[in-house]
Amino acid sequence: MSISHAPPSPDKADISPVSGPDPALDLVPVLPASSRRPHLPRWLRRTTGPLLLLALWQLLSGTGALAPDILASPGRIAEVGADLIGDGSLTSAMGTSLQRVAGGLLLGTVIGTGLALVSGLFRIGEDLVDAPVQMLRTVPFVGLIPLFIIWFGIGEAPKVAIITLGVTFPLYLNVYAGIRGVDAQLIEAGESLGLSRWGLVRHVVLPGALPGALTGLRYSLGIAWLALVFAEQVNADSGIGFLMVQARDFLRTDVIVVCLIVYAFLGLLADLVVRTLERLLLQWRPTFTGR
Amino acid sequence: MATDVHRPVTTKAAHAVRVEGLTRSFDGRPVIDRLRLDIRPGEFVALLGRSGCGKSTLLRILAGLDRDIEGTVLVPRRKAVAFQAPRLMPWKRVWRNVLLGLPGKPERALAERALDEVGLGHRTTAWPKTLSGGEAQRASLARALVREPDLLLLDEPFGALDALTRITAQRLVGELWQRRGCAVLLVTHDVEEAVLLADRVLLMDDGVIAHEQRIDLDRPRDITDPRFAELRAGLLRRLGAEAA
Repeated sequence: MSISHAPPSPDKADISPVSGPDPALDLVPVLPASSRRPHLPRWLRRTTGPLLLLALWQLLSGTGALAPDILASPGRIAEVGADLIGDGSLTSAMGTSLQRVAGGLLLGTVIGTGLALVSGLFRIGEDLVDAPVQMLRTVPFVGLIPLFIIWFGIGEAPKVAIITLGVTFPLYLNVYAGIRGVDAQLIEAGESLGLSRWGLVRHVVLPGALPGALTGLRYSLGIAWLALVFAEQVNADSGIGFLMVQARDFLRTDVIVVCLIVYAFLGLLADLVVRTLERLLLQWRPTFTGR
Repeated sequence: MATDVHRPVTTKAAHAVRVEGLTRSFDGRPVIDRLRLDIRPGEFVALLGRSGCGKSTLLRILAGLDRDIEGTVLVPRRKAVAFQAPRLMPWKRVWRNVLLGLPGKPERALAERALDEVGLGHRTTAWPKTLSGGEAQRASLARALVREPDLLLLDEPFGALDALTRITAQRLVGELWQRRGCAVLLVTHDVEEAVLLADRVLLMDDGVIAHEQRIDLDRPRDITDPRFAELRAGLLRRLGAEAA
């Protein structure tokens, strides 16, 4: 049975007792994996599903089963999208919204990372900062919109403030956890190499916290878009959210869908930025799989 | 013959390490108890003992990583440690790891020389994740040697290596020591390794140096030499007796 045996020699001088009727083994070819793959490339197979869905949607709209004031047809949406870009209203709204996100993201990153550094690097900082941040974190930031409107009026400030608030906490948590999660053995090795306190922070702690920080940034970006949607649907007079509120009043489902697509697209773009950052900054990681 | 290369160093100072009345307690339980230890400059000392006997604690104290101590501990200003795990910073390329913590702005050539010395000259720009276990351990050794230490502390540096790699690494350490002439304290649980490399083997038990054995065999040593076997058997017996 064992395949490690040498094949029987061609001459019939076989002394093995189990020569018997020589059962011819039924051999089955082991096919290379490549020969069994279908010929369709993977990207084509993966795009087929969404395209089928789109076709179904168009069909339902075309036959009247899906009324335009429930959901506009894909063709109509593409048309409206082109129109909105053509007259510049979509691009200007996108610019306004992007500005709000960028402002909030910047402020939130500075505050979140700053607080995390203070409480991650210094024992006293942890005692002073961590407890209040953990308390504030449990307040749903969207619930603060009324308060922010009272404080900041209805201009840009409350919108940026909401985004800032949403961005700050995930960054804080992840950077802080990243700093505290740095391998104690590496810190000890750094000490034994004669690194100063600042040298340890610069060469060991901060690079070690970087993966956590980037994870935090990813969460933050996701929340930033969410915060933007909330902020722009309250008292906005420009931006994508404003466009959507306006469309709602006129039952323009086509415009609403265009705005949703824009939101999704922007979110995708932001994710791409973080992925690129990770690829550049984390190539040292053992688990790194990108190229 | 090669042993003689580092002998002149002994005239510089009487001690490379001087420890007296050293006590280190964890929660009131002394792990090291009024320990006394002298190491001459250029001497290769191996510290044996079963796990938990305090040998790694002693090494950490000598490295300056553990300072909750009582007693006198004198060590050279220039000392270096190689741990059981290589402990390379994964986010720094090998040559940057080697130079890490050196004062001033050391040149890359310095790292390359050190890496050449341990046979890793071709991996200077590699990320630590791409090194094999033996290579990583050699990089860690290069990082220790580039500091030109007067005292090299080795904490079971071969413990995690496979048998073949370990033999190569042991030979490398022996050669480097003969060339550099620094004092070495090797913490290990491998009796054969201790007899192979050390001038003097110390057995640690109950927080003190319980036994001391000079190894006067010529280098390079042959593990098939009957005297080698005798020394090893004697030490093993002692270790067994103390474990009982």
